[in-house]
Amino acid sequence: MSIRVENISKQFGGFKALDNVTLDVPSGELVALLGPSGCGKTTLLRIIAGLENADSGRVLLDGDDASDTHVRERQVGFVFQHYALFKHMTVFENVAFGLRARSKKTRPTDAAIAQKVHQLLELVQLDWAANRFPAQLSGGQRQRIALARALAVEPRVLLLDEPFGALDAKVRKELRRWLRRLHDELHVTSVFVTHDQDEAVEVSDRIVLINHGRIEQVGAPTEVYQKPASAFVFDFLGTANRFEISDAAQGYGYARPHETELALSACHDTVAVTVSRVQHRGATTRIEALEQVRSGPKSDHRYFEIELPLVAVGSLDLFEGKVVHVRPTRLHVFDRQIAQSAGAAS
Amino acid sequence: MSVVNIVGTLERSPAIFETRAATSEPAWAKWSLIAVSIAFFSLFLLLPLVVVFVEAFAKGWSLYKDAVTEADAWSAIKLTLIAAAISVPLNLVFGVAAAWAIAKFEFRGKQILLTLIDLPFSVSPVIAGLIYVLLFGAHGWFGPWLKENDLKIIFAVPGIVLATMFVTVPFVARELIPLMQAQGREEEEAAVVLGASGWRVFWSVTLPNVKWALLYGVILTNARAMGEFGAVSVVSGHIRGQTNTLPLHIEILYNEYQFTAAFAVASLLAMLALVTLGAKSLIEWRQKSVLKELQS
Amino acid sequence: MTATTTPANAGFGTPPYPAEAIHRRPPETQTALRTRPGRRVLPGLPLSLGVSLTYLSIVVLLPLVALFARTFSLTFDAFIDAVFAPRVVATYLVSFGAALLAAVTNVVFGGILAWVLVRYSFPGRKLVDTLIDLPFALPTAVAGIALTAIYAKNGVLGAPLEALGLKVAFTPIGIYVAMVFIGLPFVVRTLQPVLQDHEIEFEEAAASLGASRLRTIIRVILPAMIPALLTGFALAFARAVGEYGSIIFIAGNVPYVSEITPLIIITKLEQYDYAGATAVASVMLVISFVLLLAINLLQAWTARRSGRTL
Repeated sequence: MSIRVENISKQFGGFKALDNVTLDVPSGELVALLGPSGCGKTTLLRIIAGLENADSGRVLLDGDDASDTHVRERQVGFVFQHYALFKHMTVFENVAFGLRARSKKTRPTDAAIAQKVHQLLELVQLDWAANRFPAQLSGGQRQRIALARALAVEPRVLLLDEPFGALDAKVRKELRRWLRRLHDELHVTSVFVTHDQDEAVEVSDRIVLINHGRIEQVGAPTEVYQKPASAFVFDFLGTANRFEISDAAQGYGYARPHETELALSACHDTVAVTVSRVQHRGATTRIEALEQVRSGPKSDHRYFEIELPLVAVGSLDLFEGKVVHVRPTRLHVFDRQIAQSAGAAS
Repeated sequence: MSVVNIVGTLERSPAIFETRAATSEPAWAKWSLIAVSIAFFSLFLLLPLVVVFVEAFAKGWSLYKDAVTEADAWSAIKLTLIAAAISVPLNLVFGVAAAWAIAKFEFRGKQILLTLIDLPFSVSPVIAGLIYVLLFGAHGWFGPWLKENDLKIIFAVPGIVLATMFVTVPFVARELIPLMQAQGREEEEAAVVLGASGWRVFWSVTLPNVKWALLYGVILTNARAMGEFGAVSVVSGHIRGQTNTLPLHIEILYNEYQFTAAFAVASLLAMLALVTLGAKSLIEWRQKSVLKELQS
Repeated sequence: MTATTTPANAGFGTPPYPAEAIHRRPPETQTALRTRPGRRVLPGLPLSLGVSLTYLSIVVLLPLVALFARTFSLTFDAFIDAVFAPRVVATYLVSFGAALLAAVTNVVFGGILAWVLVRYSFPGRKLVDTLIDLPFALPTAVAGIALTAIYAKNGVLGAPLEALGLKVAFTPIGIYVAMVFIGLPFVVRTLQPVLQDHEIEFEEAAASLGASRLRTIIRVILPAMIPALLTGFALAFARAVGEYGSIIFIAGNVPYVSEITPLIIITKLEQYDYAGATAVASVMLVISFVLLLAINLLQAWTARRSGRTL
């Protein structure tokens, strides 16, 4: 079941949450909506689900306009950030809820419901917990129950809002892999929201980067990482060092820590910096440095992060306070960067 | 503005404060404060309660029995029950509706609605009675029309019910609103996504989540409905055997110097108060064990 | 949108981790998003709002409008005469004076009670905690006759006090006693949750900085409790001013001496002086509105201070 979002805009009071967003999610894919908090990704997910109404634009499920279909009839599975399990119902009752809520005509028999629920609980490896209450389960287990509950109604698409947001680091990682395997098994078209780029890279088929209510880039994890379409994407997916470009109108170019090097003497394309920290990490050394003051308040000075192979560090004889010169070995320049940032911020 | 909410976080037991060096006081200070508290509590709260029962049984059991089974007392009991039986369910429906609207939706004028709900808390009960006299009394707005149609509201049961409804407006709504706001909309949204109808969401998701607070709200409403004095006093007309509720009956007996009988009837209402407080403790304890379970 | 970023530092590349600083939405817009309704998602807004508004209109709004309409039908002189008649003015002094004293008493002793209930374990704590709500649950007429019996000439406390030359029942002191009774739970129950939620770390921080226990209580805990104390005070005061049932038995109701304002409304009503009763009632009602407004503001303040939701 494919999802198409067409020209969706959404305003909250004076705040533009989504600005003319168009997006295609092909059938069977697992897509991540990635962006900083408040970028509009959760709003987009809720609009796809029908939990929120767009001010303009359409949502198409499998080619049919679903914009006017109530969330009740949209047949989507939604997994809430804080699970939203029904506290007073057992795990079994939670998972059975969607089937029991159907009208008499379409409701399966009790036996069929029971069979289906146990099948789903087996799928999420929690069959033993059928008669427990949500409060008696751990966060990760609750999340899996929430997933089973959403799957019980055989949704056309599965939508997950920060599915691992409330879990601790270790459980997060396990659940991430588990979700990927589950998706490979079921192939339900799925969209999940996250602000964690590692999570997006690890789990999804494709990543949709959203910033200030606009889509910045859509692509496979390697694609967005290797060919970022904008300064925002470049910056959001890792640490970035900013360099001024003297001969270009855009003003800035960017480089990753491993794409910068240090020199002891100044040159036309170097920036003078003071070393503030040196960390040896096995084969590489990470250096933090602060731009040397020319004028202006100190808070305006750029901070640099440089990653060098251990062999390259020895000759530099680095220590805290030493003045060196940093230079990009590879510079990423984006056309849209200034227009983007200025436009979105106003 | 309700200060009797049973919602709330899991209470920290005093032991947490007492066992930490930085948050405990010297024993003499602690016990002096406890002594002052107990003295004040006993003087102002405990003593009146004890006196009610002591005075009620001062002249023995048989007089007590006579006082509470006498015909006028019986009709007062009946009227009190009738007034509560009408006003409590109405207040329940109103309270649930208001809480649903306020806690689950955003709309303009919500704050005004909340203020209106709180208003009867701060209006003198005497005024609560007076306003209905001005509307439905012989000289009131609808007075002449009511007289033409041979309807009686003031100095009759409908007036008593209306006054009771006024003073109980905030109780159920104010118990539910903070709890339902704290619970948010996620569970309801989850139910809707799973295809549940509005009523199903309400009955199988919302209601079970607030049942204890709702029960307490109803108990509180009932206590207030049965015990209201000022407002009812203004609209009742004090017709013995006809428009006398229990609290008004107490007043009449007391003014006729039938002290023991007055206290005997009062002891019935005092027992109602104790049952109300007992129910509150029970519900609080339930709520807390639920919270504890959730946090473990 | 109201982004806080200025064009000068809106470039994305200022390391380290500048994305966090630049792309995070300002807090006010985040709340706007969170409190946004799922408009048509949950059903029942028209029905529930309709029921609520109908009920409130019939039970609360219409009668109150009637009261003010009546008041405005009076001539100005008649209104002034009714409202400022010497006997009526005397009731204001009694009602507001006694309510003020009672509320102050309750703030002091209710404050201590709340502190003791939250901080100390002692035998009977649970019982005291439960019975604090007694004045909410006990019908006012019952409280009234009980207090009168206690403080009358031959009462448990009335007799010894009379021997000391202090008459309580049938004097303004009796009114004060009844007002203390009905106001106490308001202070205790407003303060208790705020004291409960007050983080232990603040006190530990103060202690680690060398503050004495008394200084910590006065300079760290007490200031944090002020909004709650004021709210409790206002609630107790508002309740005491309007109270009728528990007072009239013990007050004695002597004109100019121990007559409360609610009683004079009833007296006027019984004399068919509807205009007079309405005028005095509207004055009281306006005062209730003002108190209610003050209480709402205070509670909003309390909530902000303690991070609680109302």
